[in-house]
Amino acid sequence: MRKPLTLRVLSSLDSKSWLALGIFLALALILVPVLNLAVPEDSAFHMSAYAITLIGKIMCYALVAVAMDLIWGYGGILSLGHGLFFALGGYAFGMYLMRQAGSDAAALPAFMIFLDWKELPWFWLGSDSFGWVILLVVVVPALVAFVFGYFAFRSRIKGVYFSIITQALTYAAMLLFFRNETGFGGNNGFTDFRLVLEHSVTSPQTRLVLFGLTAVMLAATLVFSRWLVTSKFGRVLTAIRDSESRMMFIGYNPLWYKLFIWVVSAVLCGIAGALYVPQVGIINPSEMSPANSIEIAIWVAVGGRATLIGPIIGAFVVNLAKSWFTVSFPEYWLFFLGLLFIVVTLMLPQGLVGLWKKLMLKKGAAA
Amino acid sequence: MRRLIIPLVLCLWASLSQATPDAALVRQLAAEDSSDKVAAIRQLAQAADPDAARILKAMADDSLYLAGDKAVILEGDTAFDAASGAPIATPANPEAVTVNNRIRGELANALAALSLFDADRAVRLASAQKLQNNVGADMAPLLARALEKEADADIKALLVLAHAQASLGSADPAVRLAAVNALAETSSPTVKSMLQPLTDKTAESDEKVRFAAVAAIKAIDGRLAIAENLGRVFSGLSLGSILLLAALGLAITYGVMGVINMAHGELLMVGAYSAYGMQSLFRAYLPDYVDWYLPAAIPVAFFTAALVGVVMERTVIRWLYGRTLETLLATWGLSLVLIQGARVLFGAQNVEVANPGWMSGGIELLPNLVLPWNRIIIVGFALFVLLLVWVLMNKTRLGMFVRAVTQNRAMAGCVGVPTARIDTMAFALGAGIAGLGGVALSQISNVGPDMGQGYIVDSFMVVVVGGVGQLAGAVWAALGLGIFSKLLEGWAGAVIAKITILVCIIIFIQKRPQGIFALKGRFVE
Repeated sequence: MRKPLTLRVLSSLDSKSWLALGIFLALALILVPVLNLAVPEDSAFHMSAYAITLIGKIMCYALVAVAMDLIWGYGGILSLGHGLFFALGGYAFGMYLMRQAGSDAAALPAFMIFLDWKELPWFWLGSDSFGWVILLVVVVPALVAFVFGYFAFRSRIKGVYFSIITQALTYAAMLLFFRNETGFGGNNGFTDFRLVLEHSVTSPQTRLVLFGLTAVMLAATLVFSRWLVTSKFGRVLTAIRDSESRMMFIGYNPLWYKLFIWVVSAVLCGIAGALYVPQVGIINPSEMSPANSIEIAIWVAVGGRATLIGPIIGAFVVNLAKSWFTVSFPEYWLFFLGLLFIVVTLMLPQGLVGLWKKLMLKKGAAA
Repeated sequence: MRRLIIPLVLCLWASLSQATPDAALVRQLAAEDSSDKVAAIRQLAQAADPDAARILKAMADDSLYLAGDKAVILEGDTAFDAASGAPIATPANPEAVTVNNRIRGELANALAALSLFDADRAVRLASAQKLQNNVGADMAPLLARALEKEADADIKALLVLAHAQASLGSADPAVRLAAVNALAETSSPTVKSMLQPLTDKTAESDEKVRFAAVAAIKAIDGRLAIAENLGRVFSGLSLGSILLLAALGLAITYGVMGVINMAHGELLMVGAYSAYGMQSLFRAYLPDYVDWYLPAAIPVAFFTAALVGVVMERTVIRWLYGRTLETLLATWGLSLVLIQGARVLFGAQNVEVANPGWMSGGIELLPNLVLPWNRIIIVGFALFVLLLVWVLMNKTRLGMFVRAVTQNRAMAGCVGVPTARIDTMAFALGAGIAGLGGVALSQISNVGPDMGQGYIVDSFMVVVVGGVGQLAGAVWAALGLGIFSKLLEGWAGAVIAKITILVCIIIFIQKRPQGIFALKGRFVE
């Protein structure tokens, strides 16, 4: 007999992991607000707005990294176009923020006034409604991913071909969004947000709410992904990754498995983008540049593929290093990142998590 | 030089000529009202004698002054009477004649018309060319006189056109008709816009002239369209050969060896910086031969890029054969290191690489179609590199070994081919060819640390469309993509054209995942 869904979800993580997750959420939802609001600013324990924004931003990246791990680690499909879905989610939510930034609901976003447009383009319709925009955040990346994925997987494009085509896709989208006529603010994208749901975007309370939402979303995604990859679906997916033709001979159609995980991954990226935009306060087409998308792959590779927790670690390690380097040694950041790509692929194929496991094994053998 | 010659010639003429311009007319040049000045200038130009030229030249040079009731020319400390040209005592307080932009344009025209009577053929030719695009109705008699005198065929042809343009405003319908018919032979957009009013009933009363004008515009339009399309095909060809240069190296490393090299664009950059380095060396040590830095840069770029390729292959890529996705990430890392390396060595700004003198200018195929030399040379250079690659791959021992390793690595190793060394050599060859592409790029686009990034997507598209493992495929794909995108750009704009192309490629790959020239038979995986 099949166990009920709740039980299956519960049993997808062991008790230690649940405990870790609980501690993480407690930190994010209780300790961080206390350190930010209650502890005076001159105290050593005070958490600055900068730190909260930085960690919130990295948690969004971690969410993208988990999404990438689902498709790359478990599906064996390396996408170099995940920045596109991230940006689509960001732009969708940005539309709402731009409408809120105007003087009244009927006002056009500033860049449209600058372009001397008289009315909103059709795809901006309903963008002043929070619910509609949340729907867009999910549906637009899903739709783009579905259409693209359906055709790509149907003609069994895989491996490097797929990677390069996804790169071309995000590159084309970037060019499209760079145009002023596309209706998304061209070069500058969206910025100067003021309100979200009638609250100021920059107020400490809003910041903490967004921070908490991101943390909850990250934790929920982790649980969902763990459940997904340990379910029957996940095991079929892994089997397709390891030997596609054998699975076809057994009678599975890889198309739907790949397509499903591809769309799920895109939607998660879209949500991450929507959480990212109000925290960082800007979205522009450079988020879709091929370089950004390929950087997502390195977060996953550094942490360790097909581990789910690894990509989160990878996203934190790489992005914290980036913040530190770009402040202290801006010239060396690209050297570091480039060498990271090389060293990880050559020497750490399992990433940091794999290294940790190896060390544990050695310790276990020695004891 | 010419500045010196013209006054000299004019002085010579002045001594020969007897009649001096009417003093009242010269006085009118210094009138308060601009329209009076213009009228005077035109009348003086009609006279077509050297004195008129001298006075108008002085006016254009701002050395015409009004002293009392006399126009005088002040040159340094000496003064001349404007009308007679005789030296006079420097007047007490001369007042400068104001020359505004309208007057200046009028003066330029008048001077150009006057130099139609110059003794020097080059001066006449230049002036006739200058008059092609702006000529007023009142110049018709002057042009007719110049036409009578002119003996040179080239100048005569130009003058006929200028005269026809001037006579479009004539009162006589027969003259206008002849002018329209003469203009129908041209292919310049300005002439077209000049004929446009003649097709209108209110502006042109004579029906014959109207019909002739409509026909003439049609003829000009046809010629313009041909030239425009030819121009597009040529720029497509030139873009195609650049894509080919960028993609040929990739066709070897990716197509033949199966290595995804994301740092390929940076190898282009290495080649371009080699050209920059050679230019600096020539400027510093061989300033007399600076135009020849480019031929010298070709081998340097090849070997520098090949060396970088060897280092890349030996240190990174060699450990990743067969793991394409990992190769992709590692070579991306290499590209970041190379970009930052270029920034540290040469600075983040673009560097200036000049076209050598023999590459500037172009061939004028049609009046509005000029093929620049640097583009033509790049097309030729692409052909040369293509030939080089073909010979290397098909006629040399190295090429044979490379093909053998591609087809069956184990078997090739068994019969004694040093497979590891061949891998390095083939990769170095691909990198070197990218370096050659970089030299070509340095001549037509900016040379900067990020220059390679823009080509990586395009060159992969060429290889993917052309079919992996195929040189012929890469050639056709590069030319096809180049011409197709330039034609699209013509009516949709650059960005839309690029997006359309990418979408087309994505759809194309759905249909033919193996590219245009799919491998058949036993080589299929």
